[in-house]
Amino acid sequence: MSKNIIDPENLVYQKSSIMVDTVMTYCPGCSHGTVHQVIADVIEDMGMQEKTIGVAPVGCAVFMYNYFHLDFTEAAHGRAPAVATGVKRLNPDRLVFTYQGDGDLAAIGTAETIHAANRGENIAIIFINNGIYGMTGGQMAPTTIPGMITSTCPYGRNEALNGHPLKMTELLTHLEGTCYVTRQSVHNLASVKKTKKAIRKAFENSMLGKGTSVVEIVSTCNAGWKMTPVDANKWMVENMFPYYPLGDLKDK
Amino acid sequence: MKEIVLMKGNEAIAHASIRYGSDGYFGYPITPQSEIMETLMEQKPWETTGMVVLQAESEIASVQMVFGGAATGKKCLTSSSSPGVSLMQEGISYAVGADLPMLLVNVMRGGPGLGTIQPSQSDYFQAVKGGGHGDYNLIVLAPNSVQEMADFVGLGFDLSFKYRIPAMILTDGVIGQMMEKVVLPPFKPRRTDAEIATECPWAAVGKPASRSHNVICSLDMDPYRMEKKNEERQERFRLVEATEVRYEEFMCEDADYILVAFGSVARISLKSVELLREEGIKVGLLRPITLWPFPTNILAKYAEKVKSMLTVEMNAGQMIEDVRLSVKGKVPVFHYGRMGGVVPAPEEICVALKKQM
Repeated sequence: MSKNIIDPENLVYQKSSIMVDTVMTYCPGCSHGTVHQVIADVIEDMGMQEKTIGVAPVGCAVFMYNYFHLDFTEAAHGRAPAVATGVKRLNPDRLVFTYQGDGDLAAIGTAETIHAANRGENIAIIFINNGIYGMTGGQMAPTTIPGMITSTCPYGRNEALNGHPLKMTELLTHLEGTCYVTRQSVHNLASVKKTKKAIRKAFENSMLGKGTSVVEIVSTCNAGWKMTPVDANKWMVENMFPYYPLGDLKDK
Repeated sequence: MKEIVLMKGNEAIAHASIRYGSDGYFGYPITPQSEIMETLMEQKPWETTGMVVLQAESEIASVQMVFGGAATGKKCLTSSSSPGVSLMQEGISYAVGADLPMLLVNVMRGGPGLGTIQPSQSDYFQAVKGGGHGDYNLIVLAPNSVQEMADFVGLGFDLSFKYRIPAMILTDGVIGQMMEKVVLPPFKPRRTDAEIATECPWAAVGKPASRSHNVICSLDMDPYRMEKKNEERQERFRLVEATEVRYEEFMCEDADYILVAFGSVARISLKSVELLREEGIKVGLLRPITLWPFPTNILAKYAEKVKSMLTVEMNAGQMIEDVRLSVKGKVPVFHYGRMGGVVPAPEEICVALKKQM
C-alpha cells in the first residue's frame, strides 16, 4: 500500500475538473469559494458541463466566470434573473442559474428577482446572503441585521432609520412560480453536504421545468465583518441564523 | 406577385421581426408603440417560427432579457418610447461593452420626463451621442415610412450582427401610428444552433469540449487591456462610418437652400420643397437615413454650393449640431422645430426657410 499521499489509490477527493486551476480573488474564509466548489461538483455529477450557462452578478463574485470551465454571461447589478430569463427562454434545454449577493438580489434587483420567480422561470437562483456589501468595501445591505456595524451604519443598523432585515426568501416562498425555496449554509461539513443536495435539487428542478428554485446560502464575510474566519462562522451561527433560519421553506 | 397590405408602422415592425427569423422579443407597454408587442402576441409566432415573445415587468428588465438572449447568439429585439428608452440606457451600455448584437426600437414621444404621447424627435442626442455611459455609438436608422419600418428590421439586425454593435430604429409616433401600404419581407427561417455556433462563435451556449469557455462581459480590471478593447471597438465604429452611411436626396443638385430632416419630418419637408419650388425658390431636401453614421460627406459637398441649410426637427435643435459639424462653418445652418408633441405643417417650414433667405 503506497504511503505517498498523492498517489492515485490514496486519492479520496479532488476538486472538480470544472473548476479552473487558478487563485480566486476571494478573501480567505469567504463562503464564495466553498459554494463555487459545490456548484462545480454538482454540475460534474450531473454531466451538464456542456449544457450549462451561468449568469454572474455584480459583487465579490463578479469574476466567477473566470473560475469555472463553463460558458457564462455577466449581468448588470441586480439584473441576473432578467438576463437568465432571456437565456433560458431562448435555450430551454440548457441548465441556467444565477448566482447573486444580497445587494444584487435584494436591493437593486428586487423587481427582477420577484418577477422572474413569479413567472416561474426554469432557472436556479443561488443567493449568497452575508448581510453586507463586500466588494464595495463593507456597506449595509437590506439583509444587514439590527445593530450590525457596517461602513454606512457605523453605529449599528437602526430599524427606525433603515428598516428591518429584508427576508427575500420568505417573500419568494409565497409566489406560485417558485417550486423549491431553501436556506442553507456552508460553515461546516454537514452544512456543505446539505447545500450540495439543495443545489442539485434546484438544478434538477429547472431541467424538469418545475419553475424557479431559490437556494439562499447564509454566508460569512469575515473581511467586511472585521473578524477572523473562525469567529465569523461563529458569529453567523449565533447572530444571522435567528433572522435567517435554515431549512426548506418550500419543496413542491 | 407582391403582396401589399395596409398597416401601421408599429405593426410592420412586428410582422417584419417574425418574418426576419427573430428569436425573441421582450418588451413593456408604452404609448405610442404598444401595438408592436400586441401584434406579436396576436400573431403567436411561438407556434409557427418558435419565436419567443414575452412581456417583461419593466423596460429595465426587457433590455436585460434581450441581453441574455443576445449573449447566447440569438436575434432579439425590444421596443419602447422615450421614457422607457431612458430606462434601457444601462442595458444598452452593457450590451455595447459586451459587443452584443441586438435591435432596439424607439418610437419617440414628446419629453422630457413623462412628456406627452404625441410624436417628437427629441431623443436624437440620446440615440446618436450615447445616452448610456461610456464611449460608444449605436447604429441608428431613421425610417420615414411604414415600408422602411418593415425593411429596417432586417437591415438593423444585419448591421448589428455584422459589426457586433446594437442597432436602433429611431422613429416617432407619426410613423408608428400611421397606416400605409407595405410589402412585407419574405419569411426567413430562424437560425439553427449550428448556424448560430458558426455565425457567433463567441456566444455563451454551453461549453463544448472543443473549445475553452466563452464569457460575455464588459468588465476588465486591467485598464491597458480595457483601453485596447475600446480601441478595437472604435475601429469598428470607424469602419461603419466609412461604409454604412445611408441618406436620400431630393432636388439638391441645383439647390440654393437645403432642408435637412429625418423621419416623419422629412416626409413633411418634401411637401415644403414642392411648395417652395412652385414659388421659384430652388430648395432641396437631404434626408439622413442613418443618423449614425451621419451623412457628413454629402452635407460637406453641398456646403460648397448652397447659400444656407435649414434643419427641421421636432425638437429644440439636436441634429442641427451634426449638420453644423459637417459643413464646418462654410454655410449658415438654421433650425426650425416644434416641441411637446406638436407636428409642423409644410407651410410653417416654408415660412421658416423664407425668413432665412
